[in-house]
Amino acid sequence: MQHGKYRFIVGFLAVPLGLYALFVIWPFIQSIYYSFTDWTGLSPEFKMVGFDNYSRMLDDDIFWKSLQHSVMFALLVPLVTLSLALFFSFMINVGGRRRRGGPAITGVRGSGFYKIVYFFPQVLSIAIVALLFQFAYNPDSGAINSLLRGIGLDSVQPLWLGDPDIALWCVMAVLVWSTVGFFVVLFSAGMASIPAELYEAALLDGANRATTFFKVTLPLLWDTVQSGWVYMGILALGAESFAVVQIMTTGPGGPDYSTTVMVLYVYQKAFRDGQAAYATTIGVALLVVTLAFAAVVMRLGRRERLEY
Amino acid sequence: MGSTSAENNGTGVGRRDLIKRSAALGLISVPTMSFLSACASGGGDDQKKAEAGEKSAKNPLAVNDGAQMEFVLFDGGFGKEYAEDAVKLYEKAFPKAKVKFAATQKIQSTLQPRFNGGNPPDLVDNSGAEQMDMGVLVGKKQLADLTPLLDAPSYDDPAKKVRDTLRPGIVEMGQFDGEPVWILYYAYTVYGNWYSQKALDSLDAEYPKTWDEMLALCEKAKKKGVAGWTYAGKYPYYIPFSMSPMIAKVGGREVLDAIDNLEPNAWKHPAVKTVFEAWYELYKKGYVLKGTPGLDHIQSQTAWAKGKALFIPNGSWVENESAKVIPADFDLAVSAPPGIDDSDKMPFGTIWASGGEPFIVPAKAANGAGGMEQLRIMLSEASSKNFTSKVKSLSAYNGGTDGIELTPGLKSGVAALELAGDNVVNPRMQDWYVQLQKEKIGVSCLGEMMAGRMTPAETIKKIQGYADEAAKDSSIKHYKHQ
Repeated sequence: MQHGKYRFIVGFLAVPLGLYALFVIWPFIQSIYYSFTDWTGLSPEFKMVGFDNYSRMLDDDIFWKSLQHSVMFALLVPLVTLSLALFFSFMINVGGRRRRGGPAITGVRGSGFYKIVYFFPQVLSIAIVALLFQFAYNPDSGAINSLLRGIGLDSVQPLWLGDPDIALWCVMAVLVWSTVGFFVVLFSAGMASIPAELYEAALLDGANRATTFFKVTLPLLWDTVQSGWVYMGILALGAESFAVVQIMTTGPGGPDYSTTVMVLYVYQKAFRDGQAAYATTIGVALLVVTLAFAAVVMRLGRRERLEY
Repeated sequence: MGSTSAENNGTGVGRRDLIKRSAALGLISVPTMSFLSACASGGGDDQKKAEAGEKSAKNPLAVNDGAQMEFVLFDGGFGKEYAEDAVKLYEKAFPKAKVKFAATQKIQSTLQPRFNGGNPPDLVDNSGAEQMDMGVLVGKKQLADLTPLLDAPSYDDPAKKVRDTLRPGIVEMGQFDGEPVWILYYAYTVYGNWYSQKALDSLDAEYPKTWDEMLALCEKAKKKGVAGWTYAGKYPYYIPFSMSPMIAKVGGREVLDAIDNLEPNAWKHPAVKTVFEAWYELYKKGYVLKGTPGLDHIQSQTAWAKGKALFIPNGSWVENESAKVIPADFDLAVSAPPGIDDSDKMPFGTIWASGGEPFIVPAKAANGAGGMEQLRIMLSEASSKNFTSKVKSLSAYNGGTDGIELTPGLKSGVAALELAGDNVVNPRMQDWYVQLQKEKIGVSCLGEMMAGRMTPAETIKKIQGYADEAAKDSSIKHYKHQ
């Protein structure tokens, strides 16, 4: 049996690996190849130009700005989203006070309702969410400024997306709003599988909510948090950030390049400016950033798995 | 040029629909880029060309009457009815020919692979948010020269060439370098200051001819709680629709040409400074509707239609685009920008008007003659009238407005063109250097200046920097006015 083992395994894996190579690996190699050409994307002709696209990229101020914003997206958005989601799901599942006759471990009052409410934005497509917030951020008649006027803050009427100092934060807030619900549900599911005895024991030992959270919940949920982190970071580097920036912001990408991100820049170069080769170059840079992000998170997050 | 052309000029969402955007999402990411690159290597043999037909008075372009003709239209603000009507005329003229007509919003996604594969259709309306970059198409020799069409006898009058039936600037706009004409713009847009005549009447005012009068009018409006101006703050490249012809009026046509040619110090011309300072005054005196820098084109047009602001820089598509919010008694009008004083180089009435809705015949089309013949049919007086009455826009055909009822905005546009006469300017930045015009000059400079975050002097310096950068950038194709 030992003899044919590898042949046996290879036989089973050949087809899926082949598909993977054809539809994932090969396109990656191709796009790296195209980043060394001057292909426009609008005609079949191109020639090799060596590292021209790369040296151009390193001199490109807009590229550096978009890189900076993308890195901010990858670091801040997951941090805020996951922290909020952890807090919410903890309160929903564990954070409640004991009520007479109820179980010892329970969520705050009305937690079932909150769970649904938090999940709501997840049901909406990110494009619709971005559009909704675009209306909310309208400085003339949008919901936020109308609310501010309504409570007598007539002098506080920010331009929101029109102000380069806050536009990026406005965009990030939308991403957080739209994704936090998913992680609340994900973490709730994770928390549900933590045995109640552990909490009860902690309670008997006199632990308060914060201690329970940091000493019991978080360590037992760590795997989920970690994969959530990678997942969220890739969302923030990729499609989701593109959608909100493209739909909501001035320009898009403005004002004055204050919100441009790498995916948007790839899109603009490939589809607006007819510079597909340069776009693949930025795409390669984005690939590097994404891989680096995943590696860092996996590395930093490595911990001993707890069995329970 | 209908809302369609606003798509060329803006990238917002609203009418530029959401679905397109969300579909674009799927196209982003490294794997996609490579998917696209797969198209490039897929380029095979070019398709077989149809043989030429018999040339005759009725068929001056020698269309093969049995060959299939394929026509892809951008299905935007103008809809597809006008083109379908024209296709019927083609089918009538060539009963044996099969016509394949398709209308889509996804010009780039449907046609890019076909250009790459060497089998493009015979006529394309390359417009909308998914417009393929014209400069690249021309540079890569993907387009057919339309000179045979322009030199063919016109549909209505065999004694007149097609080129002599077109509005000013249409032929020139289709040229990039030298004589060949690569693009035929079918719609005709009037840019300028759009306003409600009724609102001016209620202020007891006439349209201002000088900037001092403009400021006085704004002051008057301000006292009544109405802002003088608003604009598409999120897409500040709407501002030049009014600013560029004003620069030409003050400093002469050559200033705009120098800017388009990316000449050194073109933006440092005193006329530019005068006009920038005039506009900056609007901000400083508080005549710009509060919150404008955060509004997109639809939101600003809505605020303006509600009477919150008097003027908005825009193009003639605004009438169609904002039809739902413009009140019935609004009395929409457009005028050329005011000047400074008598020392201005061009007379009052100097206006920006140019073609929209670019039609191209691919170089590798199987039946290019058929595509051109279809265009020739569309440029007849009857087809043009049909277009104007259906989509509320002028066409490239000079005339074609008699005997049909014009909407207020269109009527005012025709009057403005008459007043302008030969003083029609046609700045090319927005089709030659899209990124420079929209993103760099528009968003990062004009938008910042009008939001009060940059002074005119700083703005000019920054724009000149961007222009110099673009002039040096070898990855962009450069063009010059002929």
